[in-house]
Amino acid sequence: MSLTPTNGRKPFRFVEPSALPGFGAAFGFTLVYLSFFVLIPLAALALKPWESGWGLFVDIVTRPRTLAALRLSFGAALIAALVNAVFGTIAAWVLVRYDFPGRRLLDAFVDLPFALPTAVAGIALAAIYAPNGVVGSLFAPFHISIAYTPLGVMIALIFVGFPFIVRSVQPVLEDLEVEIEEAAATLGASRWRTITQVVAPVILPALLAGFSLSFARAVGEYGSVIFIAGNIPMVSEIAPLLIVIQLEEFDYAGAAAVGLIMLTLSFVMLLILNLLQGRIARRGRR
Amino acid sequence: MSRDSPARRDPPWFAALLIAVTLLYMAAILLLPLITVFAEALRKGLDAYAQAFADPDAQAAIRLTLGVAAISVLLNTVFGLAAAWAIAKFEFWGKSAVMTLIDLPFSISPVISGLVFVLLYGINGWFGPWLDANNIQIIFTFTGIVLATTLVTLPFVARELIPLMQEQGADEEAAAATLGAGGWRTFFLVTIPNVKWALMYGVLLCTARAMGEFGAVAVVSGHIRGETATMPLYVEILYNEYSFSAAFAVASLLALFALVTLAVKTLLEMRFAEELSIQRWR
Repeated sequence: MSLTPTNGRKPFRFVEPSALPGFGAAFGFTLVYLSFFVLIPLAALALKPWESGWGLFVDIVTRPRTLAALRLSFGAALIAALVNAVFGTIAAWVLVRYDFPGRRLLDAFVDLPFALPTAVAGIALAAIYAPNGVVGSLFAPFHISIAYTPLGVMIALIFVGFPFIVRSVQPVLEDLEVEIEEAAATLGASRWRTITQVVAPVILPALLAGFSLSFARAVGEYGSVIFIAGNIPMVSEIAPLLIVIQLEEFDYAGAAAVGLIMLTLSFVMLLILNLLQGRIARRGRR
Repeated sequence: MSRDSPARRDPPWFAALLIAVTLLYMAAILLLPLITVFAEALRKGLDAYAQAFADPDAQAAIRLTLGVAAISVLLNTVFGLAAAWAIAKFEFWGKSAVMTLIDLPFSISPVISGLVFVLLYGINGWFGPWLDANNIQIIFTFTGIVLATTLVTLPFVARELIPLMQEQGADEEAAAATLGAGGWRTFFLVTIPNVKWALMYGVLLCTARAMGEFGAVAVVSGHIRGETATMPLYVEILYNEYSFSAAFAVASLLALFALVTLAVKTLLEMRFAEELSIQRWR
């Protein structure tokens, strides 16, 4: 390497010089570890479905049972995220803006779905919403079933997705400067108008970010859903369960095909939500 | 609570309404399932509750869960420290790609996190025939459970350390190095003390998730009671056998762990707020 860079450009260096030792070892270990646990396993997922040819992949993915499972997983995740968007935003507002006894406890409690193992939540939800459960028995006389229907799947996904919305919106509300609302009030805006036209646009990008996280989590959710869902093919069978069933039959290509299509669809959805979020954030700044 | 101002004061009825809605929603969605776990566990009395844990299979499940969590958390802690050292203390090409890879396990369905290891090491997997020929079994064994658990919990420690160590920069370490301290000495006497609370926070979240993981483990475990059934899987087995009280008893122990984790997490957040990047936990 020559000492004087040509064209005034900095010569390419993989790593900037530093007084500290250990880059090689730390970086090498990081890369090996990530390859072993993330890169190679995901490569297997991306390549396995094609080992038996295109035709089989298309066949598995377009089976009515697969389509029904994908529709349920994505549809229920979307509705659950919408429900949580409403109540999660209200909860974030209440936790940031109002002082009342037990507020701190309530705040800590928001994270319960993160902390509680999904299987534990799953059997509890199944017990509550089964026809003889605390809530299920209230609806049973009207011939409304919650457990073992898509409605049950939605309830489980509402449980797991709640914290994402609250934890995304809350910091933005906390950082919102009081002067903005004071200015709006001084200029004669009603409180309602201030909230809908001044506060709402500021929290919208965070709300969308929380929506994406909650949605992504719900699409792949397994443990909290399978007990309450009843897993009836074409009715209440979610996509991750389909993977488990195919693996039990040692149909690796089939399982990988469903996994790959699930992952691809959720990345596309997340990409769209990300773009939307970027656009709203830019419009908000203008 | 953020700063109060007359411009921020909502009508009292409005505030009361929103608080009521929040309390009701959280009671129905979060509190009810939690209470149900304990109520169902104790439904047949304390004797039946104790009986559930006297079962050798239950004890084996607890031991297995603790063993798997210990190894996975240790692996991911070492990884988190190494990755944070490389990423936060050095400038190198492709850094953001590495950070994206670290975050990736959070966007993958747990079932897929288990599936990928079956595709590699299962009987019909890439390395399956070779492993079989050499009499090595990974899927349906302890090793498989550790692999899946480690993938699912991989980001926790790294994600917690990287932002804090980036913010702290490399000046203190550079000073230590200039004064003649070796790499390891600098690391243990300068870096670790600077990040200890964040490290603890990351380890806490990682442990909680490792012990409760279900989907990924369900795929790679053979569900053999007393052998490859972790606590969450054992809960599933009992539930499917209609041993509801026993299922909820084991579940209540997991719920208790979750509540303790939540309490410690909240304390750490209150005490060391500026050092922790409050994580979204999955």
